[in-house]
Amino acid sequence: MLLIHCPYCQEERPEIEFRNGGEAHIARSTNIAGESDEAFESFFFIRTNPKGLVYERWRHIHGCGRFFNAVRDSVTDKFLRVYKAGEPQPEPAEVMKTLPEHSAWENIPPADQNVATPARDRVSTDGEA
Amino acid sequence: MVEAVAITAKRRGALDHRSEAINGVSLQPAKPARRVSLRVRSDGLAPLSLALGLDLPSKPKTSVTANSRSALWLGPDEWLVIDDGEGDPIADLAGVSVLHSAVDVSHRNAAIIVSGEKAADVINAGCPQDLGLQAFPVGACSRTVLGKIEIVLLRTAPDTFRVECWRSFADYAFSYLSDAARGV
Ligand SMILES: [Zn+2]
Repeated sequence: MLLIHCPYCQEERPEIEFRNGGEAHIARSTNIAGESDEAFESFFFIRTNPKGLVYERWRHIHGCGRFFNAVRDSVTDKFLRVYKAGEPQPEPAEVMKTLPEHSAWENIPPADQNVATPARDRVSTDGEA
Repeated sequence: MVEAVAITAKRRGALDHRSEAINGVSLQPAKPARRVSLRVRSDGLAPLSLALGLDLPSKPKTSVTANSRSALWLGPDEWLVIDDGEGDPIADLAGVSVLHSAVDVSHRNAAIIVSGEKAADVINAGCPQDLGLQAFPVGACSRTVLGKIEIVLLRTAPDTFRVECWRSFADYAFSYLSDAARGV
């Protein structure tokens, strides 16, 4: 079982107390009725789904009940950073700096990762985050 | 002629007549209590604490108890107040004018008192939290999970826990804990 750090409870808690809330930092239009079909489709359905860093909303639903945001590596499943809802989105390069020295990325040849460099060596966002 | 018939109704608790003592672990229904689900922003803490007669805790996973009344931190702006004495927290809060939400959930919940040397092991059969005395000391409380249901857990003594669950889940919780006690 994963242990997830809740920024409100300020400690690691078991995964089953949490629920994923989809991609984070998707702003709803202030004039949703005036959106074109294409713009609404992209807001409502289209997600980046990258291999690597993902920014997600999580809710500590069976705990404090709060929503918060997390940066997770979709390859290793590791949580790299959590921050409270409303706090600014950390830059990928900044998150990468704090990656553990060894990650599961290193066990996977770059060709199989579909990326040129392992996550911890990547600094550009390159549409991946 | 129609004769008046006196009808008497008797309240029946969700766990009446259920109790277990297995492998040194005792499972008992808690006595009836008044409960309040309390939501308030930090600026309302002081007046509500004054009205309730205890300091609402602001540290995660902690509770404060004064006489028969306990306030359990559930979230940054959410508390569960339990009073199993004569007091009525809803009545005490009625005069507070600061913006808050206090909902009487007395009958929404039932509670089970789990006590004994292996009480933590029994709860851990279905609850994934670290219940060691260092991580979960006396007075610690948390909303968490027991098997398939959500509970609120409060440690009232080193070997005693109060398990609060929704009333309709009380049978499940009690049976789950009984089974777990058979296995410790
Ligand atoms: Zn939490």
